[in-house]
Amino acid sequence: MTAVADPTTDLRGPRAVRLPSAVSVALARTSVELKQFFRERDAVIFIFAYPIIMLAIFATVFGDTPIEFGPGDEVTFATYFLPGMIATGLLLSTFQNLAIGIAEERDNGALKRLRGTPMPASAYFLGKIGSVLTTSLVQVGLLLVVAATMFDVELPTDPGRWWTFAWVLVLGTASGAICGVAFSSIPRSARSASAVVTPVVLVLQFVSGVFFQYDSLPGWMQDLAAAFPLKWLAQGMRSVFLPEGATAIEPTGSWEHGRTAIVLGAYLVVGLVVALRTFRWRRRDDG
Amino acid sequence: MTSHLLEPAAPAINVRDLHKRYGDKHAVNGLDLVVERGEIFAVLGPNGAGKTTTIEILEGFRRRDSGLVQVLGEDPGDAGRAWRNRIGIVLQTANDQAELTVAELVRHFARYYPDPRDPDELIAAVGLTEKAGTRTRQLSGGQRRRLDVALGIVGRPELLFLDEPTTGFDPEARRSFWDLVSGLRDGGTTILLTTHYMEEAEQLADRCAVVKDGRVVALDAPARLGDRVARRAVVRWLEDGVVREHATDTPTAVVGSLAARFAPQEVPGLQVLRPTLEEVYLSLITDHADAAEDAADDAALAAVPERTPAVALAGASVTMKEQVR
Repeated sequence: MTAVADPTTDLRGPRAVRLPSAVSVALARTSVELKQFFRERDAVIFIFAYPIIMLAIFATVFGDTPIEFGPGDEVTFATYFLPGMIATGLLLSTFQNLAIGIAEERDNGALKRLRGTPMPASAYFLGKIGSVLTTSLVQVGLLLVVAATMFDVELPTDPGRWWTFAWVLVLGTASGAICGVAFSSIPRSARSASAVVTPVVLVLQFVSGVFFQYDSLPGWMQDLAAAFPLKWLAQGMRSVFLPEGATAIEPTGSWEHGRTAIVLGAYLVVGLVVALRTFRWRRRDDG
Repeated sequence: MTSHLLEPAAPAINVRDLHKRYGDKHAVNGLDLVVERGEIFAVLGPNGAGKTTTIEILEGFRRRDSGLVQVLGEDPGDAGRAWRNRIGIVLQTANDQAELTVAELVRHFARYYPDPRDPDELIAAVGLTEKAGTRTRQLSGGQRRRLDVALGIVGRPELLFLDEPTTGFDPEARRSFWDLVSGLRDGGTTILLTTHYMEEAEQLADRCAVVKDGRVVALDAPARLGDRVARRAVVRWLEDGVVREHATDTPTAVVGSLAARFAPQEVPGLQVLRPTLEEVYLSLITDHADAAEDAADDAALAAVPERTPAVALAGASVTMKEQVR
């Protein structure tokens, strides 16, 4: 089946045209992805607003319950709760958003339609990253504003802490997004997508010390959570917003930045390999 | 470059001895197909005949097992963006990207192509100007299909794939859709159409291929499709209060002799019936054993003497339609 150079069938030469660059298509993709996301009411409530609502509820209910690390060393409940909600928000905006969103796009034929156009595949994924990054940043920004203005959470002033914030955020967003792309191949249909993805995310939230103080969880649960990125994301965020003394109630007595980077990085690399090997533009039952 | 001078001579689609198996099933089994530039070519065939597999191989969605496939001179199996820029694909009924408006979608898809049609003019051409600001989830089935076509042609494709484009349309919407498609062909676009509506193929197609069991069993203009027996005319008249029918290749002669027999009176209830494309199509895809069985059933039910093969086929088509319902 080798292509024989037959002058009567070679139509390629004179048609050489400049296709739009991947970057310009990626920007266009980012913009339609964002439009679609913010017009989908379910997504806006359960992905975008969820951590903000949870922060507001928990900080109000437990407003008078400070968290103690040692004698005289304590923070308000809202301060302790904020890092967990930032981590949860990132998980939802990246992993849950893409795992459900791409599964739906695969099931309803959107991916197949795109595959039939000259849109470069890279532009599709860059568009996803662009939109996920935008929603995550806006979401985290709103969380910080709500925490600081409504619940008097003192935000750090030390640039070192904001540097930690930046790399944990970037690494967490990237690994969450890539794992979301990889996970999107698991649900068999759009209808089953939320049913498959939501429990995973919920269980992770409960075992990873997002709703409960991590050291109050049973040992086996801590070990389980340590195998998944949300625990590390939450821990990294705690290291940004909690005083140094808070390491007293961390399992190892330290923030473990090195290990956080390694686990999140490993999920990024493994997720990328899996995503590249399993990504499909068509439904499984579509041949 | 001299090759572009030869371009009009090269077919838009050239398929030779195409094979594709799924496990034990030989979905496509030695299919040959040549679609010339500038024609509307309809691919007809029952579900499971290998139609969709073939089209999806041509669109670059599926890989073939063997055979030669050239679409606009390239092998769709390893063609890239530049090739996709020259084709347009309208898939079967879709409901994706429901939250974007008509105008947003058309403008967005226009950005994938180097020389797109003007989005507003295109929206007007498919008759959706009034719906330009409407989210696609609120469109009717016919409006949604016209949007699908708009997205398929926004890049000015040389070759457009239309997969069952008018399923679920009301008759008026179908007519206006046909006008749109004929207009594209008149503008120089080659169109490969699949449809289950024979009337659609008859109206639109310059040529049709009937696919059965993974190969082409008939190929011609809609009016010439089928063999001599399948295309026989039927002369029908009333005699002694019963309907008489006679299948013939020479209806004029039959009418002449009838006229002479009844002269100077009119021949009562005289009709000359030509088989529709649907009847010819059904005769092509129905095994002869099945056809005979259906014909026997019909003959037993109907009090019509002198049943002929052509009429039996017409009867078979009614039975099949009823089964579909």
